[in-house]
Amino acid sequence: MNIDPADPKKPDRDRFVLSKGHTAPGYYSTLANRGFFPVEDLKTLRHVGSYLQGHPDMKHIPGVDMSSGSLGQGISAAVGMAISAKLSGDDYRVYTLLGDGEIQEGQVWEASMLAAHRKLDNLVVIVDNNNLQIDGAITDVNSPYPIDKKFEAFNFHVINIDGHDFDAIDAAFKEARETKGQPTAIIAKTVKGKGVSFMENQASWHGAAPNDEQYATAMADLEKVGEALCQK
Amino acid sequence: MSEVKKIATRESYGNALAELGKKHEDVVVLDADLAAATKTGVFKKAFPERHIDCGIAECNMMGVAAGIATTGKVPFASSFAMFAAGRAFEQVRNSIGYPKLNVKIGATHAGISVGEDGATHQCNEDIALMRSIPGMVVINPSDDIEAKAAVEAAYEHVGPVYLRFGRLAVPVINDNPDYKFELGKAVTLREGTDVTIIASGLPVSESLAAAEKLAADGISAEVINIHTIKPLDEEAVLKSAAKTGKVVTVEEHSVIGGLGSAVCDVLAQNAPTKVLKIGVNDVFGESGPAVQLIKKYGLDADSIYEKVKEFCK
Ligand SMILES: Cc1ncc(C[n+]2csc(CCOP(=O)(O)OP(=O)(O)O)c2C)c(N)n1
Ligand SMILES: [Mg+2]
Repeated sequence: MNIDPADPKKPDRDRFVLSKGHTAPGYYSTLANRGFFPVEDLKTLRHVGSYLQGHPDMKHIPGVDMSSGSLGQGISAAVGMAISAKLSGDDYRVYTLLGDGEIQEGQVWEASMLAAHRKLDNLVVIVDNNNLQIDGAITDVNSPYPIDKKFEAFNFHVINIDGHDFDAIDAAFKEARETKGQPTAIIAKTVKGKGVSFMENQASWHGAAPNDEQYATAMADLEKVGEALCQK
Repeated sequence: MSEVKKIATRESYGNALAELGKKHEDVVVLDADLAAATKTGVFKKAFPERHIDCGIAECNMMGVAAGIATTGKVPFASSFAMFAAGRAFEQVRNSIGYPKLNVKIGATHAGISVGEDGATHQCNEDIALMRSIPGMVVINPSDDIEAKAAVEAAYEHVGPVYLRFGRLAVPVINDNPDYKFELGKAVTLREGTDVTIIASGLPVSESLAAAEKLAADGISAEVINIHTIKPLDEEAVLKSAAKTGKVVTVEEHSVIGGLGSAVCDVLAQNAPTKVLKIGVNDVFGESGPAVQLIKKYGLDADSIYEKVKEFCK
């Protein structure tokens, strides 16, 4: 992405909207490690007085392009940004990440219809397809499948990938950039809690924090995953 | 009596947008399949590429407007008050209000003067909803001149603004050379000593006519036009209340949460004063010609006159 931690609001930057705003902790640590704000500030997350709000806050957090947290709304803002770029002939690109439960919101489809209608090929919608939402499996609660066919029916260019395969992610973004005349939807098959043995595929870990012992296990698990990745 | 000129403030909205579009390239207008009714069609005709019809999807439209605002353009998102403030309330709160984005919401067809469409389309709750959002400016103009000035002022103001317009043609009352629109400043239209009538929107002209009738009965009514409900001109309210000792509020909105409530908040905290709230009395509207509905719901000059007279006894 064309972004610059030294100039987080530069007008020609690519935009990212975390429509599934509840995963702010992952977003914040990415931004911090990319240099947008000090990594040690992450420890103030959700503390009174901290700028690191429970959900993304564009007014106070460097690098955050849109406030979000109410599911279904971020994608509309991303569509607005993409429309604005088309209006003024700017060539920045807009990325937005949605949950697979989030797409149960009708607003997602209102936004998708408009995105394809206006041929927003500068927009990429990514669906984090981990098959879980708070009350359980999306297939048990209110299945949105087939997700790819739905976006196809809404005139998106659709790419299915393994969301944990970095090469596949890279290739998908490249394909999206080369797609003209329609927006792209990347349906990323993922495992919630990936890499942490006791968290994988457990809906109960949606919004829970590990205790010290669990934290140690989790970090050790992630070390192993990291090493394996580096050897690839 | 010479014919008074009448124009619906939604017409003023469309015309003002087209003017604004000429002056400012960053103005973008959004609509949700009501461009003919909200009059954004006037803007569309002049600047088709800057008019974005989002289709019948008001929640998405508010989010799209928010996204456009993040890029520095000034979007005016338009629909009926019922759908702009009602259907899309949470989107306005979370996607526009919380990030304090520079979005202008042009809400037409507010209040019972919508007429024949009936209760589902007559929004008497929008001011209550919008004024509860932190940082939201709420403007309810009374005639063509004020409505056009309000659109201009909304553009100049940086931050979210809710603009409330009507469907029915209403008399032009502000056509004097000294008229000046100042955001958050009340306009005293008539000086008086016995009672203060504070009105907003469509009932301002009716309140002026009522004051005329009251004068004939020896009751001197001060008439104040509040076009900006938030931030409210507290000083003007307190000053007039101190002078007359009696306050009547008149609005084409529920008596719950609108102008009357805002005025009561100020008075209760600073100078408890007896208040009579005239508005839609916690009921839904109904179908019928607008003028008949205004009479039936007690917002015409005669009804206001009767109620104020009784209140002053
Ligand atoms: C409009 C709205 N309703 C409910 C919630 C509460 N909520 C937060 S996360 C979540 C589940 C999200 O599931 P999914 O979109 O699949 O996200 P993921 O699995 O990636 O965490 C819910 C219901 C919310 N934030 N917004
Ligand atoms: Mg999920």
